[in-house]
Amino acid sequence: MSAIDPAAAQVPVPLVRPAATVQTAVGHQPRGIGRRVWWRHALAILALIWALFPIVFIVSAAINPSGTLSTSSLIPNGASMANFRWLFNAPAWPYVSWYKNSLYVAGVGSLASVFIGACAAYAFSRMRFAGRRPGLLALLLLQMFPAILAFVALYITFDKIGGALPQVGLNTTSGLILAYLGGAMGANVWLLKGYFDTVPRELDEAAKVDGASHARIFFTMTLRLVLPILVTVFMLSFVGLFSEFLLASIFLRDVNQQTLGVGLWALQTADKNKYFGPFCAGALLASLPVVLLYLGFQKQLVGGLTQGSVK
Amino acid sequence: MVWGRKGDAMSDAVKDRSRAQEVISLKGTVTTPWWAVTAKWLLLLLALLVGLFAVQRLIEKGSWLGVVIVGAILMAILAVYSTRRAIPLKYLLPGLLLLLGLQIWPVVYTVSTAFTNYGFGHVLTKQQAIDAIVANSVQEVPGTPRYAMSVAVKKGTPPSTGDIHLLLTDPQNGTFFDGSKEGMKKLSPTGVQKTDSGKITTAPGFTLLTPREVNQRKDFGDFAVPTGKGTGIKPVGLSQAFEGRATVSYDAKTDTLTDGNGKQYVPKDAMFVPKNGHGDGFSQGWTENVGFRNFTTILSDPTIRKGFLSIFIWNVAFAAVSVLSTFFLGMLLALLLNDPRLRGKGLYRSLLILPYAIPGFVTALVWASMFNQDYGLINNLTHLNIDWLGNAWAARAAVLITNLWLGFPYMFIVCTGALQAIPSDVKEAALIDGANAFRTLRSITMPLLLVAVGPLLIASFAFNFNNFSLIFLLTSGGPFTAANTQIGGTDLLITYAYRLAISGVNPNYGLAAAVSIIIFFIVAVMSWSGFRRSKALEDIN
Repeated sequence: MSAIDPAAAQVPVPLVRPAATVQTAVGHQPRGIGRRVWWRHALAILALIWALFPIVFIVSAAINPSGTLSTSSLIPNGASMANFRWLFNAPAWPYVSWYKNSLYVAGVGSLASVFIGACAAYAFSRMRFAGRRPGLLALLLLQMFPAILAFVALYITFDKIGGALPQVGLNTTSGLILAYLGGAMGANVWLLKGYFDTVPRELDEAAKVDGASHARIFFTMTLRLVLPILVTVFMLSFVGLFSEFLLASIFLRDVNQQTLGVGLWALQTADKNKYFGPFCAGALLASLPVVLLYLGFQKQLVGGLTQGSVK
Repeated sequence: MVWGRKGDAMSDAVKDRSRAQEVISLKGTVTTPWWAVTAKWLLLLLALLVGLFAVQRLIEKGSWLGVVIVGAILMAILAVYSTRRAIPLKYLLPGLLLLLGLQIWPVVYTVSTAFTNYGFGHVLTKQQAIDAIVANSVQEVPGTPRYAMSVAVKKGTPPSTGDIHLLLTDPQNGTFFDGSKEGMKKLSPTGVQKTDSGKITTAPGFTLLTPREVNQRKDFGDFAVPTGKGTGIKPVGLSQAFEGRATVSYDAKTDTLTDGNGKQYVPKDAMFVPKNGHGDGFSQGWTENVGFRNFTTILSDPTIRKGFLSIFIWNVAFAAVSVLSTFFLGMLLALLLNDPRLRGKGLYRSLLILPYAIPGFVTALVWASMFNQDYGLINNLTHLNIDWLGNAWAARAAVLITNLWLGFPYMFIVCTGALQAIPSDVKEAALIDGANAFRTLRSITMPLLLVAVGPLLIASFAFNFNNFSLIFLLTSGGPFTAANTQIGGTDLLITYAYRLAISGVNPNYGLAAAVSIIIFFIVAVMSWSGFRRSKALEDIN
C-alpha cells in the first residue's frame, strides 16, 4: 500500500487552541473541503483494483468462449454462454444437483446450528449452574484441536451409524449436516453469549414477575432482542458450511450427492487446463448466494461481529 | 391525628393487598399456551419414536453397543424434558449430545491412537491378523475332488441374511452333502434334483440362491465349511468348491506361526517375522500399544526432527505474517474510509468485502490457476516468468499473497465496526488538548482499536496456524524436492500430519495423531497466553 498515512487527515480542521472555536470544528464541517478527500478516493480505488482483479478474471474466464486456462485473460476476448451451457448439460458433472445439495446442507445446517448455539448461549448467559465456567473454557479449548485428524474417527463413526440408519450414514447430505452440527455449540457460543450478556437481565426478571416461564422468556423475548447476532451467526455459519470442503469430500463419494466445493474441485483436478472455463462459470454461480447474503446483511454483520466478540 | 394515621396505615395495607392481588392476577395473565405444551409433548414423542426405530434397526444388526448408546440418549432426553428440573440442561442437551458424540469422541479416539501403531498394515487386532494370515494360506489339497456346488439357505430364512449352506455333490460317487458353518452333513438324496454336471437344482427344506443373490452377500467371500483342523471346503466361483488346507498354522501357547515348510515365525513390532531372522515375514500386522514411541520418534528420528523444526518455523511465520498483513491492510482501509466527508463509502465497503464472500475453495483454486507459470494471469500481467508453485520461496510468497487477499476483508469489517464504536468524545478531548491527527491516531484510536480487536487477532492466528484447506487446495504442501519428498516448501504441521495419516505412501495414523496432539498444545498455549494477556477470559461472569 501507499506510504501516505491515511489517517493524517483524520481531524479535518487545523487545530486551534481556543475552546470556543472547537465547537465549530467538530460540530459542522466547513464547506469546500472536497479536494481534501480526493486522495482517499484514489487510494480506495487502488484497493478496489486489488480486491476485484481476481473476480474480474473469474468473470472473464467464465464467459471466455474457448474455456481453457491458456486462453483466459483479464479482459475477455469474446463473450459467450458456452461454458454455462456446458455446465448445465454435462451428465458426468451434475452441477444442478451440487447446487441443490450445497444450499440444503448450508441452509438446514446453519439454521440448526444457530438454534443450538442460541439455546446454549441462553443457558450460559442467564443461568448459574455447576460446571458453567469450566464448560465455557472447555469449549474454547476444544476449538484448538486440529479437527482434520479427528475426521478419521468421524468417518468410522458415521460408517457405523450408516450400517443401522442408512438415511444419515456416509454419502448422504443429512449425515454430513449431522456431522457439522457436532461443532454447532462450540463454534458460536462465545460470540452469542457476548451478545446475550448485553441484554439487561432486568427484562428477564420483569417477565418472570409477570409469571412467564423460562421457555416463554427465551422464545418470545430474548430471541427477538438478540436477532442481530443470530443473523450474524447464521451468515457466518452459512458461509462456512457452504464453502466447507474437506469433510464433504471425505463423506460424499457419490457424484449426485456431492456439494459444490467437492464437485468443482473434482472438475478442476480432472483437467486443470481444459475445464477451466466451466469451472469459473460454476464458481461464479456458486459465489452468488454468499455474495447476495453479504451485501444484503452487511450492516448486521459489522454490528454483530464487533458487538458480540468485543467486550 | 392518631385516627388519621391509623387510617393511613389501614389504607396502605389495603393498597398493598390490592397491589399484591394485581401481581397475582398479572401472574395469571401470562400462562403457557396450550399449543406450546402440546408441541413439547409431541416433539418428545417424536424423539422417542425415532429412538425406538433406531433401536429396532440396531437390534436387527446385532449392535448392542449402539442399542446401549441410543437407550442412554433416550433416557437423558426423557429425564431432562419431561420433568421440571434441570432447567439449564434443557437448553444445553441438544448441543451437548452432538458435541459429545461428534466432536469430543473423535478427538478422544484420535488422542488414544497416538499411543498405538495404527496405520497401513496395522489396522486389525492380533487375532484378526492371525486369522487373515491363516485363511490366506489355504491351498487346494492336491488329489482331492472338486465338488459341484449350489448356494442355499434353509427354507423360511431370508436369502439376504439367512445362514449360508453349500449343497455339494461329490463327483466320484455322487453323494450329496450339506455344508454349513457347523460342518459337513450327508444329505438324503430323496427329492433332490441335479443337472448333468451334478449341480443340485432343488433340495427339500432349502431355498437356492440366484447368482445375483449370492453376489449381494458380503459374507460369501470368506465363507468356508470346516472339515477338520486347518482344513475346509471353500467355494470357487458360484458352482464349484474345493477342499483346502491351510499351510500356515498358529500355536497359541508359544505364540508362533509355522508355515508348510516348518519354518517358524515370531511376533516382533506387531508383525510376524522369521524366528531365525532370515527371509521375509508376513506383511499383515496388527494394532498394538506402543506407549510414547510415536512422540519419541518425532523428537529423535533425524529426518523427522529436522523437517518438523523447519515446518514449525514456517508455520509460525505463515500464521503471524497472515494475521499482521491482513490486519494492517484491513485497518488502513477502515481508517481510510472512516471519514464522514467521503462519498460513496457504502459502495466502497460493499465491493471491498467481496473477496471474503467468495467461497474459500473457489479462491484457492482460482489463485492456483493465476499463479500458473505458463498461462497464469500473474506472470502475464507482470511479464515475469516466476515458477510460483515450483520454487519454495515463490510458493511461500504466493500462499501469503493469496491469504492476504482472502483475509483482509474480514479485518476491514472488524476494524470498521470497532472504529465506529469508539466514542467521538475521546477524540474531541484529544483535540481540545491540542493533539494533532497522528498523535490522536497513535494514542487514542489505536489503543482502543487494539483492545477491541485483540481477541479476534488471537483467534485469527489460531485459525491460520491450522489453515489446512488453503494450503491443501493451493499447493498441497509443495513444492517437493527430489532430496525431500516427505516435506514440502509450504507444508504446515497440519498438512504434514494429514499426509502422514491419510494420503502418504505408508499411512501411519498413530504418528499423525501424535503430531496433531503436539499441534494442539502449541496452539492452545499460544492462544491461552494471548487471551490471558488481553484479559478476554477474566470477565466470564
